[in-house]
Amino acid sequence: MSKLDNMRHTLRENKLAQIILLVLFTLVTAAAVYLMERSVTAFLLLLASLLLLYYTSFTNGIKWIIALVLLLVVIPFASSGGTSYDSYMEVATQCGIYVAMALGLNIVVGFAGLLDMGFVAFFAVGAYTYGIFATDQANNFISGDLFPLSGGTFWIFILIGGFMAGIFGILLGLPVLRVKGDYLAIVTLGFGEIIRIIFNNLEKPVNITNGAMGLSSIQPPDLFGFDFTFPHQYYFIVIAILLVVIFAVRRLEHSRLGRSWKAVRENEIAAQSMGIPLIRTKLIAFAIGASFSGMMGVVFAAKQTFIDPTSFTLIESTTILVMVVLGGMGSVPGVILGASLVTILNLQVLTELTNWLNQLSMQGIIEVPNALSPSKMQRFIFGMILILVAIFRPNGLIAAKNRKIPKEVVTGGPHQHHEVPAAPISAKTSPE
Amino acid sequence: MFASILQTLPQVLIDGLALGAIYAVVALGYTMVYGILELINFAHGEIFMTGAFAGTSVLLLFQSFGWLGNLPAWVSYVLIIFIAMMVTGALGVGIERVAYRPLRKAPKLISLISAFGVSFVLQDLVRFIAELKTGNYIISVPQLFDGRFTLGFSSITAMFGNATVKTNTIFIFIVAIVLMIGLDIFVNRTKWGGAMRAVAQDRETASLMSINVNKVILLTFFIGSALGGSTGVLFAQQYGTIDPYIGFILGLKAFTAAVLGGIGNIRGAMFGGIVIGVLEMFASANLGIMTGGNFGAEYKDVFAFAILIVVLIFKPEGLFGKAVKEKV
Repeated sequence: MSKLDNMRHTLRENKLAQIILLVLFTLVTAAAVYLMERSVTAFLLLLASLLLLYYTSFTNGIKWIIALVLLLVVIPFASSGGTSYDSYMEVATQCGIYVAMALGLNIVVGFAGLLDMGFVAFFAVGAYTYGIFATDQANNFISGDLFPLSGGTFWIFILIGGFMAGIFGILLGLPVLRVKGDYLAIVTLGFGEIIRIIFNNLEKPVNITNGAMGLSSIQPPDLFGFDFTFPHQYYFIVIAILLVVIFAVRRLEHSRLGRSWKAVRENEIAAQSMGIPLIRTKLIAFAIGASFSGMMGVVFAAKQTFIDPTSFTLIESTTILVMVVLGGMGSVPGVILGASLVTILNLQVLTELTNWLNQLSMQGIIEVPNALSPSKMQRFIFGMILILVAIFRPNGLIAAKNRKIPKEVVTGGPHQHHEVPAAPISAKTSPE
Repeated sequence: MFASILQTLPQVLIDGLALGAIYAVVALGYTMVYGILELINFAHGEIFMTGAFAGTSVLLLFQSFGWLGNLPAWVSYVLIIFIAMMVTGALGVGIERVAYRPLRKAPKLISLISAFGVSFVLQDLVRFIAELKTGNYIISVPQLFDGRFTLGFSSITAMFGNATVKTNTIFIFIVAIVLMIGLDIFVNRTKWGGAMRAVAQDRETASLMSINVNKVILLTFFIGSALGGSTGVLFAQQYGTIDPYIGFILGLKAFTAAVLGGIGNIRGAMFGGIVIGVLEMFASANLGIMTGGNFGAEYKDVFAFAILIVVLIFKPEGLFGKAVKEKV
């Protein structure tokens, strides 16, 4: 026991030991992924090297560089070994999409403390923004036979999708933010359903969304004549967007705006009396959170090449909420971890478990009724996660930490008073 | 256009009142829990759904024992409602004990998340059981009263069409009215009702007046959930098929009804339920006619949520609620 403690102590103090451990771990798992035909466990362990990296004691800059090497070189290369290259990359891409959405929801729920239960609506807005114009659907209401737009416009549509989702965020927020927190949850829940119902039925009077049939053969993006079709190509698009999102979230969190969000979350009345404009602060949280989701919606539409309203149901909104709550509301690393865990649970663990149980019952070892197959148990599992985390670990897996400001900075002199967290935000700091 | 709307109006009113009575009783559960804990019990829609399933399984059990033929239909109906009320009441108490009580002092956001989790767990548990027993989670419900009769509105004036009324609809009205009057008397006239109102006003002071606050909260959950469960049975009998996901949308609409009447206000919830039910039926019958076929009955849910949003903007305290000033 004491030997183990000793080792743990050395590991915490000694950076060399840390880097050796990290490199060894990464090499072994990467080799395993590269050499084995299809091993989900090995791939998950390879992804876990990022978590290991998070707990090392290097400076942030070095961590970022190592993380980039892992994400851009090691993981794609290791996965390319076997025939299941694209299925690995599909998982990683989905992870990235959900991480970005969860980070968006984290701004609304975690930073600003507004429970939004219809978050997938913004994802849908982004997806349909690209879907409508990148198929011949838009010809139905814009004359001139201009559509589908070419795949080159995809890059602009990432921004347009984010912008449209942001607009919808404000549209939802304007009426709703005047009411108190618990009403907000129900209204956003209703809003998510409204958006889905509208997309499901907007084929008349003018056929805009093609109703329940969905939009098919959406143009894949192209960059200077290079078409993106496979998951391992989308992986890089997602990573690029994700990096921007993470950078933006980290900058926002410690900005004047981020501090106002937290102040509003802790106590609206106190925040207001310190001069924080409530409505505007909340609206910006809604808009920015929604726009992350909208951007990923565009990528999702292009990647699937087919979207219909069934991809945007309540269970999706809940999944994203579970990611944020499990990881830790308001904690960026926590939310990234939570989103990855839930995505992998959803895509890999549950399906593998179902296959395994099916095999067992085929061989006649145990009999598992179809009703209990793990892939159908999402709601149960997510519900349990929500209850258990709420009761036993309300701060999530990695609790949010507030950045500490040295005492002399706060009390230093009159010219530094703007560093006090609850300072009023001025118009120029709002990113709109 | 008006002529055809008038033609269907009697039928729309009858159906709307039946639906509205169901919303009203479910809304009571939301309003009671909110009044006492200031917590939206998200799981309430699922409790309603569990009531529908519990009642139906008791009914199927009766059927397999061959008791249905021996008892008069209304006796077995009342018996089934009573059993469903006991089951869902106990369920509500259990939920309060496990998922809400540990969080009573926690931030609002945390208890909302827990409540949301409970509703998902319940949906899936009911699905397991239904699917294990029958192989399909959508259950069609045997009808106790399958008679129907026609009300001759056209004999009053030719503008109206006739309305067909299910016998079950009459039963819904009777049960809903009995439950609502019973609750009203209980809350306003009895000792326990007084304790309930005291806890809703001020929990701390009530506990100083030797009221057992925990017991009162449990009682509130029991009554609210039992009301929800009883409507589940009524709903299953009226519409014939149930599945584990009916509670979600219905819960949202009942909540809208509670907000419309002023949340925390019991008589307001009854009124709100009737209004929402009638408006929804009116919309689903006439939206297509009024917009020239462009927007049909599939928008009726949008309509209900739009009401919720409009009420929250212009009169957040509801029609009968009192505006509460927030204390610092």
